[in-house]
Amino acid sequence: MAGIPLLSLAIWIPILGGLLVLAVGGNDRNAPLARVTSLFAAALGFAVTLPLWFEFDASTSALQFVEIRDWIPRYAVHYHLGVDGISMPFVLLNSFVTLIVVVAGWEVIQERVAQYMAAFLIMSGIINGIFSAMDAVLFYVFFEASLIPLYLIIGIWGGPNRVYAAIKFFLYTLAGSLLMLVALLYLFYASNGSFEILDWHRLPLGMGAQQLLFLAFLVAFAVKVPMWPVHTWLPDAHVEAPTGGSVVLAAIALKLGAYGFLRFSLPIAPDASMGFQGLIVGLSLIAVVYIGFVALVQEDMKKLVAYSSIAHMGFVTLGFFVFNRLGMEGAIVQMISHGFVSGAMFLCIGVLYDRMHSRRIADYGGVVNVMPKFAAFFLLFAMANSGLPATSGFVGEFMVALAAVKTNFWIGFFAATTLILGAAYSLWMYKRVVFGPVANDRVAALDDIGAREFWMLAVLAFFVLLLGVYPAPLLDVMHASVDELLRHVAAGKLH
Amino acid sequence: MEFERPDFSLAAAEIFVAVMALVVMVTGTFLRRISRELGYALAQITVIGAAFITVFSVNEPTVRYTFGTMYVSDWLGQVLKLFIYLSVFASLLYGRLYLIERRLEKAEYYVLMLLSMLGAMILVSANNLLVLYLGLEMMTLALYALVAFDRDNGLRSEAAIKYFVLGAISSGLLLYGMSMIYGATGSLDLGTVAQAVYLGAGDEMVLKFGVAFLVAGIAFKFGVVPFHMWVPDVYHGAATPVTLLIASAPKLAGVALALRLLVGGFFGLAETWQPMLMLLAVASIVLGNLAAIVQNNIKRMLAYSGISHMGFVLLGLLAGVTDGSHQLAFNAYSSALFYAVSYALMSLASFGMVLLLARTGFEAEHIDDFKGLNRRSPWFAAMMLFVMFSMAGIPFFLGFFAKFAVLEAVVAAGHTWLAVLAVIMSVIGAYYYLRVVKVMYFDEPTDRTVLIASSETRVLLSANALTLAVAGLMPQGLMSICAYAILTSF
Repeated sequence: MAGIPLLSLAIWIPILGGLLVLAVGGNDRNAPLARVTSLFAAALGFAVTLPLWFEFDASTSALQFVEIRDWIPRYAVHYHLGVDGISMPFVLLNSFVTLIVVVAGWEVIQERVAQYMAAFLIMSGIINGIFSAMDAVLFYVFFEASLIPLYLIIGIWGGPNRVYAAIKFFLYTLAGSLLMLVALLYLFYASNGSFEILDWHRLPLGMGAQQLLFLAFLVAFAVKVPMWPVHTWLPDAHVEAPTGGSVVLAAIALKLGAYGFLRFSLPIAPDASMGFQGLIVGLSLIAVVYIGFVALVQEDMKKLVAYSSIAHMGFVTLGFFVFNRLGMEGAIVQMISHGFVSGAMFLCIGVLYDRMHSRRIADYGGVVNVMPKFAAFFLLFAMANSGLPATSGFVGEFMVALAAVKTNFWIGFFAATTLILGAAYSLWMYKRVVFGPVANDRVAALDDIGAREFWMLAVLAFFVLLLGVYPAPLLDVMHASVDELLRHVAAGKLH
Repeated sequence: MEFERPDFSLAAAEIFVAVMALVVMVTGTFLRRISRELGYALAQITVIGAAFITVFSVNEPTVRYTFGTMYVSDWLGQVLKLFIYLSVFASLLYGRLYLIERRLEKAEYYVLMLLSMLGAMILVSANNLLVLYLGLEMMTLALYALVAFDRDNGLRSEAAIKYFVLGAISSGLLLYGMSMIYGATGSLDLGTVAQAVYLGAGDEMVLKFGVAFLVAGIAFKFGVVPFHMWVPDVYHGAATPVTLLIASAPKLAGVALALRLLVGGFFGLAETWQPMLMLLAVASIVLGNLAAIVQNNIKRMLAYSGISHMGFVLLGLLAGVTDGSHQLAFNAYSSALFYAVSYALMSLASFGMVLLLARTGFEAEHIDDFKGLNRRSPWFAAMMLFVMFSMAGIPFFLGFFAKFAVLEAVVAAGHTWLAVLAVIMSVIGAYYYLRVVKVMYFDEPTDRTVLIASSETRVLLSANALTLAVAGLMPQGLMSICAYAILTSF
């Protein structure tokens, strides 16, 4: 495979595919053609990421599939791509989710089909760019550009309050990332003119500088994760977004912030990261416990899953900041697993919403009587969301909880409440929606899922179970990179 | 005293434009029946011809003087001139239908356009305080007349009076400053002035006061806070093709004015004028962005956004000297030039869109007039989206790299707090650009009229907006041109 620029293909095939979809399907009369083209582009985009997994050398923490070219010589900016054991799984996850989203929107979206599909494809390419950029400017460019398609997706195809949600989402995340830009420029200056992220990892920095940099990065990434108390854009964005938008937001966009911690905050400001450990762990636990309770009282299914996403992401940041291998790997597994599980949860809610046009839990009841196949899938994903063993949700949560107990019993104790709270909000919602007598005539008239929906959910169910019973291949891929990162953080920069 | 014959070839473009302006005026007077088409054609030929002359005189990279040392031919001048031609060209082309529909298409209009372009050209090539002033006055006098051109329209006349009164005051300030400098150094030649300032000759107090007046004059021309009062009213009041011109060509000429005077002439007094610029920049970025939020008229909104953009240009200018490092100074000034050029490109496209939507009896001035544009014309909605995101400084668009370059210079100069302030205000600024995107994409159209535009306008406007995306993907070319212009000219 040497010589084929796989990462470039993973970035540019979906983007160019998206433009092609716009060109062929600009008019809604050509919608079928637009759908087929986008499916083809998404499938091709996913296919080119598969060699990343099979050709990956898990024994090294060095970057692989590296491409480097001059981009803006004036500021020593390079088009530098590469993945390690941490970022590679996300490229695959993202390309896979894009395929699912295209399938999910197949019949549901009837208006401006080409624009819808193109937005997701372009978004997918941009996100692959974020995960594989090793030059800070390239990273930043992708990081910010990803706002545009998502803004349009929420604003055009979203629910009643979509405009408010879209603008709130955009401004929140823009505010965070612009501060990061200043931090990047500072590092450029401090490193005598380099935008290479790896150079910055080795750059000696004093404690004061590290703390400021850490805080600037924290604002950017905390908004994206999102961490309490800057999470308030997420429920709005999720609720108003169309199903595909929610899936991409939950499965992929939330991972960008967490990935940023691993790529920027921890290695560039290791001593400050240690110093702010208490702060991050505290915020994470608030997210886990408090947001867990908030999720419990939601009446809107999408909002409930949105809050549960925040709680789960709290687990991820907690796992990073206990600074041991178990915690960090658990957090990364949790990210991947959450990508599948929350994506699947939103798809399930989308299945119901497409039929009933309501997301209110109270409008449902007894769905199992009319949609047995659907109920089975939904049960599996709700269980995975609450961290039942043998599902992917369990692996990550268990590893992080274990690592937390090792650090401090009480941190572990509060973290473990998620297993109770998660079960409470997921299963209680499931009970109210699916079980019981048929609530009303509209529920009685529901059709069970068709073949398209069945296979879409089945594939996700397969991965949720696979990751739950046999996570070893995924862990093997990341060992070397995680160890290297932890060693780097432990060594610090202050000597 | 021997009279040296000046090298006219260096000023060939100016001479050509001056002659052609007169030709347009004469043909306009004597060939009344075909004067309108002829005027337009001759004006465009003039702009294109001048561009050719400038491009072909570019291959001499060193700085050359003529008319004694009053006039300079260098890369800075040539680059700025090319973008000024582009602005005039775009204003003529985008505005043609607008003028025909409003019966404003007269030969005089083209004469004034060419004269203001000529003034801007003289200004960017001047190396003498008086020539500088001459160019400036020529440009602005023609612009006053252009604003007032539709003389039966009250809004236009009001804008013209405001523009004229405030413009005259600012010219007065500038002239007063120049007279002080002449008094202190005994010369009007910028090279000699720079020498005197460098050697510390002349009364320092008088020089500093002179510089303060110069900065005030420059700030008026830039339209930065607190000398910005005329900007929204003039942008709003002028006919859109004239607004388009005012929003681009004079800003570029203003950058030349600032670079030639402050950097070329008063580099030695940088510690005096940098804090002044800082104050102006901060005030403009803050006020421009905040005031733009509440505007419902898109021309006024773009006016306030222009104020904040000019604040960014000043940020680049003030980040020049810290510890005498030439590399930093060079970076900073090229970033300011790059920002100004990028802003001119964005500004052309934005007013071009307003003109595209306008039709007989309908100005398309309100942001709500863009409602549902994505339904009416997905292509041009996408083009406007490019322009708005570019102005907001979102990658992959040119505007991002413009901001990037300026912020890099500001951080390198050690003013990190200034960079933080600038980015916070950029987030606030993003709101009103997003609002335009919102009405285009998220709202239903209230007006379903088919867009009428000539194919040239469609092509140039699309090319204009696509340039923002292409130059955003590959900004190196434009950056190097600006860097080279600064490197060779100072």
